[in-house]
Amino acid sequence: MKTVLEAKHINKYFKNPILFHVLKDINFKVKKGEFASIMGKSGCGKSTLLYILSTMDTDYEGELYLDNNLITGSDNKHLSYMRNKHIGFVFQFHYLLSEFTILENVMLPAKKLGEKSLQEIEYDAMEKLKMLNIDHLAKKRASRVSGGEKQRVAIARALINNPSIIMGDEPTGNLDSHNAENVFNIFKQLSDEEDLSLLIVTHDEDFANKTDRIIQMEDGKIIR
Amino acid sequence: MVNWNIILSIAKTHLLTKIKQTSIAALGVTFGIGSYITLVCFMTGLNTMLDDLILNQTPHIHIYNEIEPSEKQPISFYDNVKESFTVVHSIKPKLSQKKIHNGLPIINFLEKNENVRGALPQVKTQIFYRAGSIELAGNLTGINPLNEVELFNLGDYIVEGSAEALQNTDNSILLGIGIAKKMALKVGDRIQVSPINGGLFPLKIVGFYQSGVADLDAVQSFSNIKTVQRILGEANNYITDINVKLYDIEKAFPLAQNIQQQFNLKAVDIKTANAQFETGTDIRNLITYAVSITLLIVAGFGIYNILNMLIYEKMNDIAILKAIGFSGKDVQLIFMSQAMIIGFVGGILGLLIGYGLTSLIATVPFETEAIPTVETYPINIQPSFFIIGFSFAMLSTFLAGYLPSRKAKKIDPVTIIRGL
Repeated sequence: MKTVLEAKHINKYFKNPILFHVLKDINFKVKKGEFASIMGKSGCGKSTLLYILSTMDTDYEGELYLDNNLITGSDNKHLSYMRNKHIGFVFQFHYLLSEFTILENVMLPAKKLGEKSLQEIEYDAMEKLKMLNIDHLAKKRASRVSGGEKQRVAIARALINNPSIIMGDEPTGNLDSHNAENVFNIFKQLSDEEDLSLLIVTHDEDFANKTDRIIQMEDGKIIR
Repeated sequence: MVNWNIILSIAKTHLLTKIKQTSIAALGVTFGIGSYITLVCFMTGLNTMLDDLILNQTPHIHIYNEIEPSEKQPISFYDNVKESFTVVHSIKPKLSQKKIHNGLPIINFLEKNENVRGALPQVKTQIFYRAGSIELAGNLTGINPLNEVELFNLGDYIVEGSAEALQNTDNSILLGIGIAKKMALKVGDRIQVSPINGGLFPLKIVGFYQSGVADLDAVQSFSNIKTVQRILGEANNYITDINVKLYDIEKAFPLAQNIQQQFNLKAVDIKTANAQFETGTDIRNLITYAVSITLLIVAGFGIYNILNMLIYEKMNDIAILKAIGFSGKDVQLIFMSQAMIIGFVGGILGLLIGYGLTSLIATVPFETEAIPTVETYPINIQPSFFIIGFSFAMLSTFLAGYLPSRKAKKIDPVTIIRGL
């Protein structure tokens, strides 16, 4: 099966306040259509790893491949482009641009990519919103919808450019069990039906147990 | 590849949701530019008026025979004392004629020079204005009235009557308004003048002259050059002064030097004669620009502050934009364009306000004895001021926006996202 994301010998140090070896020789792959979760205690480096994988953090040693292309060492402009086109993000806090409408928030990455016309982007965005059952909110300001809805909007935004992989940093961490369930189901559905790869950092054991694969981390190392 | 549509739409949304801060920032620029335009138009207007007051009637080069001691005293021609130290007491000025020798050929010669717009002969003399037994001392200048009007704006200073009347009427006089007041004369009356060497000539008053300098108006009168020559009993080649007007005022100094050497006459250029005047103009301009630039710098700091605040408020937005694929440069452009939009809108408004204010000032009555031609406050509206003002608005907002936007560019999204 095709590999979407591959990390080879990733090492990361925090230099402040003292030199601290956060990530120790991380190696793993995420295959196409795989729904993987990263588990571990607070401070074990799982978020740090996710930000390296997301290309936002460039201060590390080792090699990172996205769709079998080496990403490590690219310039910021290219990294921004890769993030825009190939990676979708969902965070613990919903991180929408509060002054824009839901629809505009979802359209934003596609507008930035600029591969489609505005009408196409708007149509796509509405499709994603429909898929997540929030199309009735399209014209509302992002600051006027509930937390669960915001998270679904964030997922729609992550999906708009049909990325290779969706990354989540505790996407259900801030949601009640009902909404968490809802978000999980959406991810599951995307993985099964759209053959999308997902890599989710989570504390939630129930959530992790339902995924295809659990990557267990401890003290900066992958132990399972 | 920069997608301006989206950058501008984000910038616009930021500006519109913070409309209060935006308008305050823009108003800062508006006031800065508006007051710059008003100040500079008003100040240069005043400057031009004051310059005109002096410079218009002042010849660029004034040529005359100076009464002064000989530079080389006779003793220095004497070879026996060549190497010695000589002291000459009580040096007297050299006796020479007032008239310019070969005046008319010199005028012809000057007019052939391509830099010269015109060279006008004048006959200056002291006379007495007589009313019964009262004698008032004064100056009478013989001129070619129409040429003087053309080159030295004499027409601006004729408050009653006209230069044509002076040209066409024989034995006529354009009387200083101060004299007319003292002697209770009106246009059409006759006045008797007598030159220093005696005689009595009745002249018809065809107009009044008011320069704005009261002391001058109390003594100075004009008449036709031929009339003055006749009063003095001189031939029609008798000329005491030549006033030269040039196309380019900067050429006055070298040309005056040439004339002085070539004809052995005194030639004073306008810059030398009015050096203190130039200084005044320069200092007024300096003050205008210093005040305007201060205003714009203050406005610039306002924009800097507001953008800085905005960037702190928008930290999360910046992080999210970067996370979903906006590069640092895109984010910088978003904030830069906000600054530039503020500068543009504020600048345009400032130009309009400046134009409005100056137009208003231009209608305010400003009547003064000193300047008979001026009825309202003088305003000098020039497109270049508007171009400079607008460029400065854009420049200062660019600088004010640059530093905060560079900070936004450098924000590390990871620290923000983790920090929550």
